[in-house]
Amino acid sequence: MLRYALLRLLGAIPTLLLVIVLAFLMVHAAPGGPFDDERVLPPETRAALEAAYDLDEPLHQQLLGYLSRLVRGDMGPSYRYRDHTVSELIGNAFPVSLKLGAMAMLLAIVIGVAAGSLAALRRNTLVDRAVMVLAMTGISIPVFVIAPVLVLFLAVNLNWLPAGWSGNEGAARFVLPVVALALPQIAYIARLTRASMIDVLASDFVRTARAQGLGTSAIVRYHALKPAMLPVLSYMGPAIAAILTGSVVVEEIFGIPGLGQFFVRGALNRDYTLVLGIVIFYATLVVLLNLVVDLLYSAIDPRIRRR
Amino acid sequence: MRMLADTLRRMSKSRSLMFSAGILVSIVIVAIVGPMLSPHDYQQTDFDNLLHAPGRAHMQFFGTDDLGRDLFVRSMLGVQVTIVVAIVASIVSLVIGVAYGAIAGYVGGRVDAVMMRFVDTLYALPFIFFVILLMVAFERNFLLIFVAIGAINWLDMARIVRGQTLSLREREFVDAARLTGVSAARIIFRHIAPNLVGVVIVYVTLTIPQAILVESFLSFLGLGIQEPQTSLGALVDAGVNQMEGASWMLLIPAALLAVILLCFNFLGDAMRDVFDAKDAR
Repeated sequence: MLRYALLRLLGAIPTLLLVIVLAFLMVHAAPGGPFDDERVLPPETRAALEAAYDLDEPLHQQLLGYLSRLVRGDMGPSYRYRDHTVSELIGNAFPVSLKLGAMAMLLAIVIGVAAGSLAALRRNTLVDRAVMVLAMTGISIPVFVIAPVLVLFLAVNLNWLPAGWSGNEGAARFVLPVVALALPQIAYIARLTRASMIDVLASDFVRTARAQGLGTSAIVRYHALKPAMLPVLSYMGPAIAAILTGSVVVEEIFGIPGLGQFFVRGALNRDYTLVLGIVIFYATLVVLLNLVVDLLYSAIDPRIRRR
Repeated sequence: MRMLADTLRRMSKSRSLMFSAGILVSIVIVAIVGPMLSPHDYQQTDFDNLLHAPGRAHMQFFGTDDLGRDLFVRSMLGVQVTIVVAIVASIVSLVIGVAYGAIAGYVGGRVDAVMMRFVDTLYALPFIFFVILLMVAFERNFLLIFVAIGAINWLDMARIVRGQTLSLREREFVDAARLTGVSAARIIFRHIAPNLVGVVIVYVTLTIPQAILVESFLSFLGLGIQEPQTSLGALVDAGVNQMEGASWMLLIPAALLAVILLCFNFLGDAMRDVFDAKDAR
């Protein structure tokens, strides 16, 4: 198992390198420099600025420089928030996003698995149809439509929950963002769980358990749930990426000072170093979390490791 | 020919397919014809008529926005732009995905392993962030949006086409073509590709809503379609800023987007049932 984990970790390194180089080159292939759209700078100021940001060196040297600083956790200064380094900004903003994302993921798994199992057990009944139509709706409607509509009805019209982040304290301000972020994932997980639960319930060992007189709830709890969860587990990778993407929108709508908001602001301000840093950070995060999911998967399902 | 007739018959029997296709066609027709019949123009501002609620006055059934522009005409323009972007982007991803998957599947062996490993690698990445990076780095234009969206969505297509090609490759007619000295490229595009039509149609239908999602996501963030042009995502974004006083500015484009996405997803699911019918049973 340890050997397998180390091999997979080594395998992630080329992926990460590819990501970094790709992102770096994309930013540097951009027409025009980061100081072009400001008021016309005197040539010497401009040269000094470009030297300060290493822009006067050839591209491969810039890349090597960036990589060697990156290894030490230094992503350089932000172009726009001049007093801060990119690493500082990420370090400050990420905990909020992490909290939001983790809560959404937890909610999605609990409700999605419950709804999916229920639909599988009540297959072809009204309950099943209702869950599946709701799930299709949840998959189809994007977070940036769900979130403002929730705000409009639950916060603006009914005034049950706070609409924004700043000026509100406590758990209530988490409710709408977390729900908006979790809904599409609840829908996906419910569909996956239903499909795999139906398969598992039709398998021989479940029939044996039933023949031995075990009740449905015991069968699901002790026998069917674990194998039925495998497809859900392998969906965790895409789910993580989707929640990261969704958090960009949700943070923008609710005014949450997380990483997603910095990313959008950075993108609109053309803050190259910040955007580059966040893309690399996100990609690293996704690659590492995918690795964790893979390891979990192989820990649960030993058939995988033998390949 | 009989296969086509058979497929069409099965399609016409699928209720959810006909229903969602019907709604989509109606929306598209209204989106094209509606603006022609309306006396208003999508960029004509009217400062005496700001944030007018939907009603029959001035023939503004969807009301006006914060610049007094007619929201019906703008929403319909948004539908047009959204659907055109999605279809073109899907064609881009179709071309890349089919070519990539067919080559990997046909050539096989080590080439296939390397090509599919690359797809796996890309799968693991939060691609949308690279698209945003691309949008930041380059001037925002229509063409780039198509290419960027197409570039994300070809992965599924490549995987599915590869799988199909792997099995087609072993069939007698491909052996026959190979024996008569037909080149590999010609076999791939003349003999294998036409046999992929069924799967490809299903997955294009499922790619379109994904492309719509990406386009409207970018436009929502202000990185996609730029003013005075608009798309449903951009309209939702404008609606969010006005939702406390003028909820219709949010709800109308949001509902249109939701209905379109829902219909495409139902359509894709139903198409899969129609085309997979022989494998499923």
